[in-house]
Formats: sequence, C-alpha cells, structure tokens
Amino acid sequence: MQYMLLIYGNEAAWTNLPEAELSKGYQAYMDFTDEIVKSGCMRGGSELKPIATATTVRVKNGKTITTDGPFAETKEQLGGYYLIDVDTLDEALSWAAKCPGSWGGSVEVRPLVQDVEVSLNGVST
Amino acid sequence: MLARTIETVQRREGGRILAGLIRLCGNFDVAEDALQEAYIRALADWPKNGLPNNPGAWLTRVAQRIWLDRRRHEQKLDVLTDEALELLVADTSAVDENQNHIVDDQLRLIFTCCHPALAPVSQAALALNTICQLNVAEIARAFLESETTIAQRLVRAKRKITETRIPYEVPTPELLPARLDAVLSVIYLVFNEGYTASYANKLIRVDLCSEAIRLIQLLNTLMPNQAEAMGLEAMMQLHHARRDARQDAAGNLIPLDEQDRSEWHTVAIQDATRLLNSAMRLSQPGAYQIEAAIAALHCTALQASDTDWPQISALYGALWRHRPTDVIALNAAVAYALAFSIDGGLARIEKIAARGTLANYHLLYAAKADLLRQKGCLDLARTAYENAIARCENQTEKRYLEKRLQSL
Repeated sequence: MQYMLLIYGNEAAWTNLPEAELSKGYQAYMDFTDEIVKSGCMRGGSELKPIATATTVRVKNGKTITTDGPFAETKEQLGGYYLIDVDTLDEALSWAAKCPGSWGGSVEVRPLVQDVEVSLNGVST
Repeated sequence: MLARTIETVQRREGGRILAGLIRLCGNFDVAEDALQEAYIRALADWPKNGLPNNPGAWLTRVAQRIWLDRRRHEQKLDVLTDEALELLVADTSAVDENQNHIVDDQLRLIFTCCHPALAPVSQAALALNTICQLNVAEIARAFLESETTIAQRLVRAKRKITETRIPYEVPTPELLPARLDAVLSVIYLVFNEGYTASYANKLIRVDLCSEAIRLIQLLNTLMPNQAEAMGLEAMMQLHHARRDARQDAAGNLIPLDEQDRSEWHTVAIQDATRLLNSAMRLSQPGAYQIEAAIAALHCTALQASDTDWPQISALYGALWRHRPTDVIALNAAVAYALAFSIDGGLARIEKIAARGTLANYHLLYAAKADLLRQKGCLDLARTAYENAIARCENQTEKRYLEKRLQSL
C-alpha cells in the first residue's frame, strides 16, 4: 500500500538556521533518502519551496479566486513529502520516525486511496 | 436457558473465536458478522440437536462456513478457487486445535485493538468489544456515553484498521516494548474508568474493573514473564481487593485509613503480592511494579497506623523518576507529609500548586485540606475543602468532601 509522509515543520526556524546547522539538516535528509531508496520502497518525494511561493486557488460559484500564500496560516507548514510503498501502517510509521522531519517537527502519515479493496492480511480482491 | 448458555460461551470463548476469524477473513466487520450469524444458528440448532461437545469449536466451524458461503455468493472467488478456500478453512480448523495458534491470534487481536494509531478511548472500546465481547450498549453504559457515540467510535476505529492497514500481527521485538506499553495503558484506562468514574454517581463500577482484570490476566497468560504487565495485574488486583470497603451501604466513600480492613479480600491480596514478587525477580523495574508495591504496602498494613509511610514516600520518589507528572509529585508530597513532616509536605504541595498544571484538580485541594486539618489550621482547611468541592465531578467523592468540611 502507498503512503504519503507529509513533513510539517517551522519553516522560519529552518531557514534561519546557521549555515553549519542547515547543511547538517540537509545531510540528515540525504542519508534518510539514501536509506529509503536502497530499501526499494520509495516512489517519490521532494522538498517544497517556501510557503512564500504558495498560491491557493478556490472556485466559488464558478468564479476562480486566486490568493497568495498557503491554504491556512499554521505554526507548522508543509515543507516536503515522501511517497512510499510498504505493506503495513507499522512499516510506514517506522519510516516516518526515521525521517528527519519528525525530530522537532512532525510527519503525518496518510495512506493513498487505491483502486483495489485492501484487507488486513494483504489479500487484494 | 439456551440463550444463557450461548451467552456464557460467547463471553468465555467469543474473543478467541473472533481472533481466529479475523485472521481468516482479514477484516473485523466480516469476521464479526459471520460470528453473529453463527450465534443465531446455534439458537436454532442446539435445541434440536443438543449442545455440541465443544460449543466453541462448533461456532468456529459454522462461522467459517458462513464466511465461505458468503464469499461464494458474492462471487469474490476470482482470486481464490473454491478448492483453495476449502483448504484454507480446513487448515484453520486444524490449527485451531493447536494452542500456539490460539495464543498468537488472541495476541494479534490485543495488539491490533491497542494500536497507537487509534485514539486511546477507541482502543479501549474496541478491546472491550472484540476481546471481552461486550456489546455497544454495555460499553456505552461503562463509559457513560451514548450508544451512538460508541458505535461510531467502533466503526471509525475498524475502518482505520482496514484502510490504513494496521497489521494484524504481534509487533516485532524492536517495537514490542513500546507497543506493550500501549496495551497496558489501555487496560489501565479501562480499570481506572471503573475504579473512579469522574462523572459517575457510583464510585466503583465493578464490571469495568473486572473486565480490565480479565484483559490483563489474558495478556499475562498469553505472554508470560513481562514484569510490567505482571506489575499492572498485581496493582489492579490489590486495588480491587479493597472494593467492598471503599463505600458504605449508602454509597458514601470511605477513605483508606477509615476502611474496615476485615472486608478486604485477603486471598486476592496474597495472590497479588506473590505475583508482584515474581515480577520484581525478573529485574525489569517499571512504574506499574512501583505502583503495585505502594498498593501492597497499604494492603498488608494490619491497621492504618501500621502503614509504612517512609517506604511509601521513597517509592513515590522512584515512581516520579519514571513518570515525572505533577499528579505523582502530589502523591509523593502527601506520603512525605505522613512519613516525615506535615509542614514539609504542605510546602511541597504549594510548590506544585504554583506550577498551575493542577489548578483544576480537586485532589490537590483535598490533599492540602486534609493536611491542614491534621495540623489544626481549620480556617485554611475550610477554604481548601471548598476549593476541592467546587472542582469535584464525582458525586460520591463530593459528598465525602462535604462531610469532611462540615466536621471541621
């Protein structure tokens, strides 16, 4: 089953990190990405550009309303994601715990809706 | 009569049968439906053909057959052939005779119900529903919630298990300590809910306490030599052993030091103390064992004045190192007051109060009031009791505090 690991963190704190700290942070992500790629379960993922680049679109009564910024102002912002394919929630959760985004920030784990009905023991029907 | 028999079989074996069915069908709802249908068939079949030698095995077989027939009917057999399914069912019947499989299935069910991806209250409701086989109405009554709320909670929890693929497995060794901890806190939650329901007028709901004890006993049977699980069982048994002495006939709370100790269940206390000793010999110290040791010191004092407060005070110190919460600090302060110095204890309570986390916790004020009363500061005690009463939601505890206030 495919799961999204959505990485939420304080963007301002991240961008204000001293150079040395920042490169340590990126190194941690590179190590994590290496590990997850090697395991064969990685299906995609990327860091997102800062929320200053975000544009939100809503269509109301047929009218498109375009606004600057993310859909909601929050303390933690979506900063990146991984898409992984593993058998169970437990495996996804243990990748989330290894993801540097969960140390200090948080990683939300969400399964993707897939075409097949999945059941507990993994038999697709 | 027959309905009673089925109910007994359901209570005794339903959880175990369901655990196996879930493994077979791979889905909680489908397994439960099949088992329900099997109970209905038993109502029709048993009066005609007599009670089967092994009612549990009969129900298992019939439920498996029902599931198989439904799969056929729904023509979901494109993946598995009829023959393969028959073999699967036959195989499950065979392994059901095998004790190891029964143990594994029940453990799987316990760990899945208590998965940390589910909300704690949902974990508790699900465990009571599947393992203890309590129905929605019984769980609703236990948690003082509406049946709709409980039913929704169960539906959502089961849906999350299926949709996010929470594994139906006993956790791997590296995950086990944390996951076992989660299971123990769910069982403790159920017990506590029974022991002092914060909104109930009735202080102790024995049913819920008994269910929690049943769960922890099952866990300790299925997975022996887990010191903390043994500690939790000992602790709950020790608290439960005092149930008849905690309330008078009118339902009024009787505090520990005024309880009639001849009403305590001494055999249960001895058993629990023995269990705690075996737990401690495993050299895996932990908070539940410390709490059990504190309860054991209370339970083994022949009269209130014999209580070994210095030892209890030391144990609360140890407990606080495991769980550094202000509630534990409050208990430690009271034990310190009774062991060494009331003024010293009061000073500690003031420090805790200054932190503000327990500003709405009635026992903070009640503890302070009791110590002030013992010290003879009646005016200050009066204010403290009033503060406690204003924050207390349990009617039985409230009546007790009011009585204390009037007696000043």
